[in-house]
Amino acid sequence: MINKEVLKILEKDAKATPQQIATMTGLSVEEVEKTIEQAEKDRVIVKYKTIVNWERLGEEQVQALIEVKIQPQRNVGFDAIAERIYRFPEVRSVYLVSGTYDLAVLVVGKTMHEAAAFVWQKLATLESVQGTVTHFLLKRYKEDGEILDGGGEKGRRQPLTL
Amino acid sequence: MSPRPVARPKRARSFISQRVAGISPSGIRKFFDLLTTMEGAISLGVGEPDFTTPWHIREAGIYSIEKGYTMYTSNKGLLELRHEVSRHLYSRYGLEYDPDTELLITVGVSEALDLAMRSILNPKDEVISPDPSYVSYSPCTVLAGGVFVPVPTVVENDFKVRAADIEKRVTERTKAILIGYPNNPTGAVMERRELVEVAEVARKHDLLVVSDEIYDRLVYGIEHTCFASLPGMKERTILLGGFSKAYAMTGWRVGYAAARPEIIEAMTKVHQYTMLCAPIISQMAAIEALKAGEEACLEMVADYDRRRKVMLKGFNDIGLTCFEPRGAFYCFPSIKVTGLSSEEFAEQLLVEEKVAVVPGSAFGECGEGYIRCCYATALSEIEEALRRMGRFVEKHR
Repeated sequence: MINKEVLKILEKDAKATPQQIATMTGLSVEEVEKTIEQAEKDRVIVKYKTIVNWERLGEEQVQALIEVKIQPQRNVGFDAIAERIYRFPEVRSVYLVSGTYDLAVLVVGKTMHEAAAFVWQKLATLESVQGTVTHFLLKRYKEDGEILDGGGEKGRRQPLTL
Repeated sequence: MSPRPVARPKRARSFISQRVAGISPSGIRKFFDLLTTMEGAISLGVGEPDFTTPWHIREAGIYSIEKGYTMYTSNKGLLELRHEVSRHLYSRYGLEYDPDTELLITVGVSEALDLAMRSILNPKDEVISPDPSYVSYSPCTVLAGGVFVPVPTVVENDFKVRAADIEKRVTERTKAILIGYPNNPTGAVMERRELVEVAEVARKHDLLVVSDEIYDRLVYGIEHTCFASLPGMKERTILLGGFSKAYAMTGWRVGYAAARPEIIEAMTKVHQYTMLCAPIISQMAAIEALKAGEEACLEMVADYDRRRKVMLKGFNDIGLTCFEPRGAFYCFPSIKVTGLSSEEFAEQLLVEEKVAVVPGSAFGECGEGYIRCCYATALSEIEEALRRMGRFVEKHR
């Protein structure tokens, strides 16, 4: 059995150690380690990663959100074409969505040219892709639930109160 | 023509009333001053959530300003809010309060407590209350002309008050029992059967019970019993509740009192002439909190609970023995192993290790030998504070 409380703690802070989690949940360290191991094996825990605000270091990075309209294929629907798209390393995320287009694709490049080139060379040329609309991201405000700038609302309390 | 010189008395007389002069100032002022000049200090001396108010509640406040809700409300508070409070108390505790006559919206529980005391006490009436307890209980009683009668509580009973100990202090002048569980500073929570015994004392001696339940939602692995929900206690109880702790809304200053009509009527009279009404913006935000704040509340409680366990284990590991606090967001470990008084401990700890805690003695004589530490503090800070305190205890043992 995978303990959900362990996952909730890790989802907030991937750096929480088994010792810390054990204290917080009342489980033993071994039980915590077992649950993490199982969750990793089952890909319930997909990955541990870090949200980096590259803009803070002055690093140029271009992201584009691309609406992709697809002609679905018999038997495989959207899955086959989605796979062809998500295998490109430039592609950060792919979602199947309802509405006026089918796939929402987030692409990352070093320059605007690089990101655009991916769209017209690779994406738009795929057979079942009927059309694309590219939106370049101008500013990232919030990423994976984290506010990137000005999110710090801590430290506004009086240091001592009764 | 120059004005005639006024004869000045040789020594200026004191203009401060004896009653106010007789009240001691809060015991943390000097720590506060020390702390604000210090770099790299960690404070476990805070008495409020470290979350900001959930955004949808803040947004409701903003919306009320945008829409021009900038007026007085009725003295008793917005009817819609009283309806929500009434619904809330019914769904949580099965209590039925009439929004028109049995509820009053106040400027936090602090005001509600003051109103309650001023509304029920005649000069020299006695109020029995556990020691240690929240710092305003005694001053509010005294300012209302009453006499504060502390009942010692001890760690052997997890700082819960025993009904028999209350009964021993009942005299002809006793008017009310004032309790606050989950407790600030100890984190103690009374079980239902223990409260039933207190209720029995109230019934037997015809006493009112003022129950400060501001921390009612912050309990861990135990159910909160609302005192007014005990058999026959609704008519004997002035229930004080609020939004500050459950929804991280301390700065909004909004709370409520629930009691039978003539008591609410009396409290409303005082409230009307002193406060007029609670701020409308805060009342609008409070409506949103009750309508849609449950999920955020539960999430915060789960988060406090994790940190509670870390702090509790940490104190016991470094030799500051601590009973398990079941509510609020405080640990109340014993510091007797160091041989220092709680005030000395707090002061030296701040100077030597830059960790601020509140001496237990600030909350009454029975708090001596203990310190109040708040775990509504970032986990990394709790852990660092525990390291520093471990070092401190080693040195002073």
